[in-house]
Amino acid sequence: MSEKSENLVEIRHLKEYFNVNVGFFRSKPLKAVDDVSFSIKKGETLGLVGESGCGKTTVGRTILNLYKPTSGEIIYDGKPIKTKNDIREFRKKATMVFQDPYSSLNPRMTVSDIIAEPLDIHKMSPSKEARRERILELMGYVGLNSEHASRYAHEFSGGQRQRIGIARALAIDPEFIVCDEPVSALDVSIQAQVINMFDELQEKLGLTYLFIAHDLLVVRHISDRIAVMYLGKMVELADAKEIYDHPQHPYSKSLLSAVPVPDPKTARSNKRIVLSGDIPSPLNAPSGCPFRTRCAHATKKCAESMPELKEISSGHFAACHIL
Amino acid sequence: MDKKAFSAHVDMEDFIPATDKEKEYMVSMRPSTTFFKDGIKRLKKNKVAVVSFFVILIITLSAIFVPMFWPYSYDQMLGMMPGQPVDNSFLNLTPFKYGKSELSRIEAGEHIVPHIFGTDSQGRDYFIRVVYGTRISLAVGFFASIIVLIIGLTVGSVSGYAGGKTDLIIMRIVDMIYSLPDMLMVILLASVLKLVLENALEGTVLSKIGSNIISLFVVFGLLYWVSMARLIRGQILSLKEQEYVLAARAAGAGGKWVIFKHLIPNCFSVIIISTALQIPSAIFTESYLSFLGLGVNAPMPSLGSLASDALNGLTSYPYRLVIPAIVISLIVLSLNLFGDGLRDAFDPKLNS
Repeated sequence: MSEKSENLVEIRHLKEYFNVNVGFFRSKPLKAVDDVSFSIKKGETLGLVGESGCGKTTVGRTILNLYKPTSGEIIYDGKPIKTKNDIREFRKKATMVFQDPYSSLNPRMTVSDIIAEPLDIHKMSPSKEARRERILELMGYVGLNSEHASRYAHEFSGGQRQRIGIARALAIDPEFIVCDEPVSALDVSIQAQVINMFDELQEKLGLTYLFIAHDLLVVRHISDRIAVMYLGKMVELADAKEIYDHPQHPYSKSLLSAVPVPDPKTARSNKRIVLSGDIPSPLNAPSGCPFRTRCAHATKKCAESMPELKEISSGHFAACHIL
Repeated sequence: MDKKAFSAHVDMEDFIPATDKEKEYMVSMRPSTTFFKDGIKRLKKNKVAVVSFFVILIITLSAIFVPMFWPYSYDQMLGMMPGQPVDNSFLNLTPFKYGKSELSRIEAGEHIVPHIFGTDSQGRDYFIRVVYGTRISLAVGFFASIIVLIIGLTVGSVSGYAGGKTDLIIMRIVDMIYSLPDMLMVILLASVLKLVLENALEGTVLSKIGSNIISLFVVFGLLYWVSMARLIRGQILSLKEQEYVLAARAAGAGGKWVIFKHLIPNCFSVIIISTALQIPSAIFTESYLSFLGLGVNAPMPSLGSLASDALNGLTSYPYRLVIPAIVISLIVLSLNLFGDGLRDAFDPKLNS
């Protein structure tokens, strides 16, 4: 029982299918997220990596109930999120930082209105002065000047815009933030600043992150544990150091071999595992293990059944038949 | 250390990093501009639009204020005095001519306001009739556009935001309305509503304007909103995919909040522009309906009915047709040019 209260967010068998029209009247389910389970402990950062289109963003959005899950359970702080009331309460504790700092800020709103929007929606500021003070406090957290409050989003650079987005996410004093590739639209020097800011904020405010990214170095820097996704399924989940040092699943191995190493000597000695072929369309995913079409170790069994996510060493989970 | 004139020696003093105070001096903030201010700035640069704006302003202001101090009213037959025989000298006066009784009063030293455009066949001052006609035409154009805007905006934003089946059904209804011949509908409705409304309007302010104009408003409310609704729906459809809408929903915003705070403000330029362009088309419709005799009720003039009445004496008094025609053209032209200017200023993307 003690372990349960430790988990802030728990996902059980989450499925998210979208209906895609093929032809005039027929539609087919697109399995964006297919049976994913994991949990995030309080104060922890879980990194979620995978290539484009593997369902990372969908997982993040479904957790926040922006998409209605097709099936599965989202348990927050020991309570399942089901009814509209649950969702409304949940929205006061969990927020999101978006990938694109350009389209995620309304061009017709001033920075202070953008930041205070969640407060206004939940009617959480008792007076105008309190609202203004809260805005300035939030801008201080993310390193924005108080003079910026009355300006419009288009007057800022990408990094500053992302800070505005983060300040908005912090407005309601959240416990849990889904960061959906928050730095991938920024250039490298700004990335470092923003990432460090995420770290500092976590320490200061005791936040829990689900950090979605495709930049493996960024994820390694910020995450306590890392989950690897492939084609809507979770293939490996382990501590950040463990997964970098001893990746078990063949997909994780090849993914991690693609990480650029700053030292040319070690880079030359490292062997890159290059996958053949493209990621299959999620509309007609391969039977059994979705990775088998590109896996060097694929056997007959892989085509027949999807391997379970099993614990191969303490805290290290992987879904592969050969392990 | 003394330096020679052509020495390449670098003085290290020049390369000391600036102190914070010095840096502060260098930082100057550009004054914050809003989208609206930017648009106004661009609009001011467009001479045609500015001139059109002033033409509209002058016409509108005179249509509102001139009747307040003008000594004649639109339905006053100047030759008719209570208890006296009709003075025929007031009928069909040419511009700046006076009737008999007025001439004698001028001789007595009184100042009489001249009949700038003369009088019509019933001895009514034509200038004030044109001003009144302009007032009616502008009012019809303005209110019809507001009706179109309100209905179009509501239907368009609901349809666009809801999407799915709701959108499908609403858009098929819009398609059906689109296919109705609008002029036929105006004429049919005008004749039906005449019977229905005549008694209901009796004694109210609206009876002066007449059931025909009411039916015109009804037709605008029933038929003309569809293009506005389509336009708004298209805008909303593309805007609702923006991440800031998702951000608002992640913060717990409902449909109402998203539509009013995010979607409508962002299609504001489209709304203003298409409303500005809707006014002249409504004025046009009113004018030719009045010309056909389906406009305002008799003593009340509108620009179209003035032109229609002028047809009878066209050979003798051609200016009676020319004046309302010029006013209509002036209003419609300047509103169109101003609308174009607005579009160029507020929607630079559409320009190219």
